[in-house]
Amino acid sequence: MREHGFKRLLRHTAGAGFSGLARLVTGVRPVWQGAAPSGRQRIFFANHASHGDFILLSACLPPSERYRTRPVAAADYWEKTPLRRFVATELFDCVLVEREAGARASDPMAAMLDALDGGSSLIIFPEGTRNTGTEPLPFRSGLYNLATARPHVELVPAFIENMSRVLPKGEFLPVPLLCRVVFGEAVKPEKGEERRAFLDRAREALLALDPRREAGP
Amino acid sequence: MTAESFWLIAGLLLVLTAASLVSTALQRRALGPNPTLENLDARIRAWWVMASLAVAALLLGAGAVTLLFALISFLALREFFTLSVSRPADHWVLLGVFVLIIPIQYWLVWTEWYGLFTIFIPVWCFLFMPALAVLRGDTTNFLHRIAETQWAVMACVYALSHVPALLTLPIPGFEGKQALLVAFLLVVVQGSDVLQYIAGKLWGRRKLAPSVSPSKTWEGFLGGVAAASLLGMALFWLTPFGPLGALGVALFISLMGALGGLVASAIKRDRRVKDWGQMIEGHGGVLDRMDGVVFAAPVFFHLLRYFAM
Repeated sequence: MREHGFKRLLRHTAGAGFSGLARLVTGVRPVWQGAAPSGRQRIFFANHASHGDFILLSACLPPSERYRTRPVAAADYWEKTPLRRFVATELFDCVLVEREAGARASDPMAAMLDALDGGSSLIIFPEGTRNTGTEPLPFRSGLYNLATARPHVELVPAFIENMSRVLPKGEFLPVPLLCRVVFGEAVKPEKGEERRAFLDRAREALLALDPRREAGP
Repeated sequence: MTAESFWLIAGLLLVLTAASLVSTALQRRALGPNPTLENLDARIRAWWVMASLAVAALLLGAGAVTLLFALISFLALREFFTLSVSRPADHWVLLGVFVLIIPIQYWLVWTEWYGLFTIFIPVWCFLFMPALAVLRGDTTNFLHRIAETQWAVMACVYALSHVPALLTLPIPGFEGKQALLVAFLLVVVQGSDVLQYIAGKLWGRRKLAPSVSPSKTWEGFLGGVAAASLLGMALFWLTPFGPLGALGVALFISLMGALGGLVASAIKRDRRVKDWGQMIEGHGGVLDRMDGVVFAAPVFFHLLRYFAM
């Protein structure tokens, strides 16, 4: 399907605008620790504490990659009001998925695989919700399912530093603090590796990127 | 342009050109890449940019200087808060510091409302910040959080706003020339920092405070401060003082600047970082460059108010 020119312009303008704003407020700088920027199709998985997370992450990508990288977001949250719906679908081009198995009208895996097969890269938050604690929550299964269904797509961990303080859950105005996004080495399931084992290993890989962790308490 | 500003700019150009030439020569002579020399080169290039910004603002006038320091306060505060402890309950306080306190403090400088300028942060903000924070009901580390926020605002906003405030000092016989005072302060304090670095590299042996800053030595500290005091004496024509008065003031402010650098080092060491940020190539963050000015500016301002007015 050919994309409507105006919608595309709106999306690219919003993308550039929000990335610029994120840089202005947080001075964000990418730290390419285990992975380099590349044109390969990727799934970035990151810790999640704030609505600003995916804006910050996409601000760190080269523009051409930014335009093909779509955040995966919760349909139950982003479809609640017409404004949220507009922001999620028109401005940020989110892949909206149903979180609760009971309430599902559509299959979240199908939506994400569709986006991947359409050539997009994805940003996913495997904790499944904005986390207000200090340690990331256990990862949900989607990451493993995507990895086994599309083994050619790289799974890159991205640790987002400080965003939980810039824009905590429940606030709508950001406080300027310096942020970094640390990109780590890609992970993939070993032959015969179990779901839980892989998810825990992916979570460890993400946690290991926290710059404060090596600095100690 | 006055004769004073002409000589000042010519002097700056001369020193920076000489520094660039020396650095290039050292790098040519070095065998292979040398991180210390590369850092020196980056530092000197950043000095060209910073000196140009300061000179441009001073030539443009009080409005530009005030805006420049409001921006420096913003950048410094952002670096400070990045390393401070805060909880979600502090969100409105932190936001208020950026969107209200910085603009109001610099507006008070611009409108020359001296009475409120001196008490706005130490009295009004001092009381209202904890009052706003307590309404959110989170008592964890309450005093610690509030104290850190207040310290950050005093250092990064209140103290720094004394630099453009120099332009508002009605010193008899010195009207219209106050921009030279800003130049004097910046040259002596930053010069003291550079001279301490040079003296330390040349003669440094005895550690000054090894647990705070392993690279600082007594030889660097005393040599730098002494050289900066003499520099200040040589620049007495930028101030309302004679050569001896300028020597005394320069000694005082370069000492304060050096102590400010040491205090900043202690905070960074406690937070386990080397620099406040990465904004200025070779130097680190904005606060790494301004820590001396934070401690020297209010003292310089009040010495002038007491002795020159």
